[in-house]
Amino acid sequence: MNNGFPQKTTGGIKRRDFLRMAAGTAVATISGVITPLVIKVAHGKGKLEPFTFAYISDAHLYAGNPNHRFVKAIKKAVADVNSLNPQPDFVFFGGDLAQLGQPDELELGKGILSDVKAKIHMMVGEHDWYFDMGRKWREFFGKDVYSFDHKGVHFVVLNSVIVKDYWTAPNMTPMERMKAMAQLDNPKGEAFTVGEEQRKWLKNDLSKISKDTPLIIFSHSPLYKYYRPWNFWTDDAEQVQEILFPFEKVTVIHGHTHQTVTNKIKNITFHGLLSTAWPWPYPPQGIPKLTIQMDRADPFNQFDGCGDGRVDILSSGEVNKTYNFWDRNPMEVTFERVSKETGSETPGPSY
Amino acid sequence: MNKNYWLIISILVLVVFTFAIFISKAAQFEKEGNLLTVKSCDGKKTIFVEGFKEGEKMSKEKAQVVANLLMDLIKICNQEVIAKLKEDNSVIVLNDASLILPDLKPGKTPVLLAHGGQPHTKKEIKLFESEEKRMIDEGYKVFHDSSLGTNGISCDMCHPDASNTHAETYPKFQTQLKKVATLREMINWCIENPLEGAKLKHDDPKMIALETYITSTRKGKVLEPGKH
Ligand code: HEC
Ligand SMILES: [Fe+2]
Ligand SMILES: [Fe+2]
Repeated sequence: MNNGFPQKTTGGIKRRDFLRMAAGTAVATISGVITPLVIKVAHGKGKLEPFTFAYISDAHLYAGNPNHRFVKAIKKAVADVNSLNPQPDFVFFGGDLAQLGQPDELELGKGILSDVKAKIHMMVGEHDWYFDMGRKWREFFGKDVYSFDHKGVHFVVLNSVIVKDYWTAPNMTPMERMKAMAQLDNPKGEAFTVGEEQRKWLKNDLSKISKDTPLIIFSHSPLYKYYRPWNFWTDDAEQVQEILFPFEKVTVIHGHTHQTVTNKIKNITFHGLLSTAWPWPYPPQGIPKLTIQMDRADPFNQFDGCGDGRVDILSSGEVNKTYNFWDRNPMEVTFERVSKETGSETPGPSY
Repeated sequence: MNKNYWLIISILVLVVFTFAIFISKAAQFEKEGNLLTVKSCDGKKTIFVEGFKEGEKMSKEKAQVVANLLMDLIKICNQEVIAKLKEDNSVIVLNDASLILPDLKPGKTPVLLAHGGQPHTKKEIKLFESEEKRMIDEGYKVFHDSSLGTNGISCDMCHPDASNTHAETYPKFQTQLKKVATLREMINWCIENPLEGAKLKHDDPKMIALETYITSTRKGKVLEPGKH
């Protein structure tokens, strides 16, 4: 089934050692070459201290069964990031911790993530939000929109899953509202937005930042228009991008798409994150040309096409992003490859 | 006047009225701009020839086209066909037969989309379509319903819009099943594994519904059994 490019083992080196090696090594990469589990940020005029953070995303937890396959999966990711040596500066969670926004799902996730040794930064996804409009999530994890600075990079976490009110008029219960949102292929699904209020906030937040400071923006939905029927989409993406264009180095990292996906619009580079729970097929159209597509997953292997990853920030402020597949070779998308803006040379899925 | 008299009058009126409708229906076709009308010898096929008025003589070429068209029509069905042969020799079917003669062209034998030489009635076609749609809709529901399994997961979570289900590639060899598997076996595999549910009998209405929905999303795709 998967005789496309990502093969299973990395000749001779055990995966865990491989991760360790990679995390400790400065990255020299040939474009499109597959390397290990980190998103590397920062690279500019060689003035930053390079650092690494790891990510876990889209766990989609159900409560009630400690042996549920999705529970096993997020625990695997926690073990992964805890085994990184040296440890990443922090771990970022990309949203969709819960499947149906239930308090016990969020609580389960909070408990599992509390085992992460490094500091953790959280982002909200639509599956966390639409049962109680983020009440429980904020109680557990704090603000859904915030920014912080780390080693010369300015990080912003957005809540990009805001949609028009579709529930009041038809008198939906919280669960009906949640389920309508949880259905990816819902033909009546409202488009995600960042919204005017947050765009204002963002403008203000960035007004204190010099234009040569590397920016890393986290959003759950891709901050561009990819595929509307599945809400791989942010409706006011252009307006948000407009706020980011004046900055020299901008990287957007998003969850929600459960697949390898890379895009570049002007000076903004966009990276997707893997899900721990399940991979998504590519939609029939709209796939950004820089994307190295992952092959179709093996339905006989729960972990195939899933994983976690890391981001390496180089001294220049540029970012190398790594998808750490659990049962395939990792895939590194280097800033060099992205800056060449060449289309994918590797074959996509078999069809 | 007595009651019987009234009854006879009303029946008479009704008969005349029905007849008038019948005549006007026929006249509707006849009216095609006073065109030259050619009928087959059995009287069941009528062709209005554009570019020629009633009574006018056709060119030899045109006469040949008309003759061929009539022959074709007689060969393929014994239904009544009323058609117009346009100046550019394209053909428009004017009556109900257009349902079964969608690509009628002179020089090209028309395809008859009917069984046993008899066309499907509009009613039949409606029934086929509505029954198919009912099953697709039912399948859509099952596909989006987590109660098919035991762990809260539903098919659409991994296959939005039934993507990557590839009905047109079945039956095909599945390495892990060690045999050529049918679509229904693969559906059952996904029920038992990602959904941790109990597999369905192959003739279970839910199975048929799932198959109908999944397959409907690949309508028009080339059949490629065995493709990976
Ligand atoms: C957890 C994710 C997941 C769920 C849930 C899931 N599947 Fe799958 N399924 C897969 C993957 C991965 C494949 C392999 C995809 C491929 O071959 O492109 C697959 C393959 C299939 C295939 C064969 C596709 C092919 O190309 O041969 C069918 C049919 C299918 N699934 C039907 C279903 C049905 C019906 C359900 C619900 C009962 C379901 N799946 C639920 C992950 C899932
Ligand atoms: Fe998700
Ligand atoms: Fe999401």
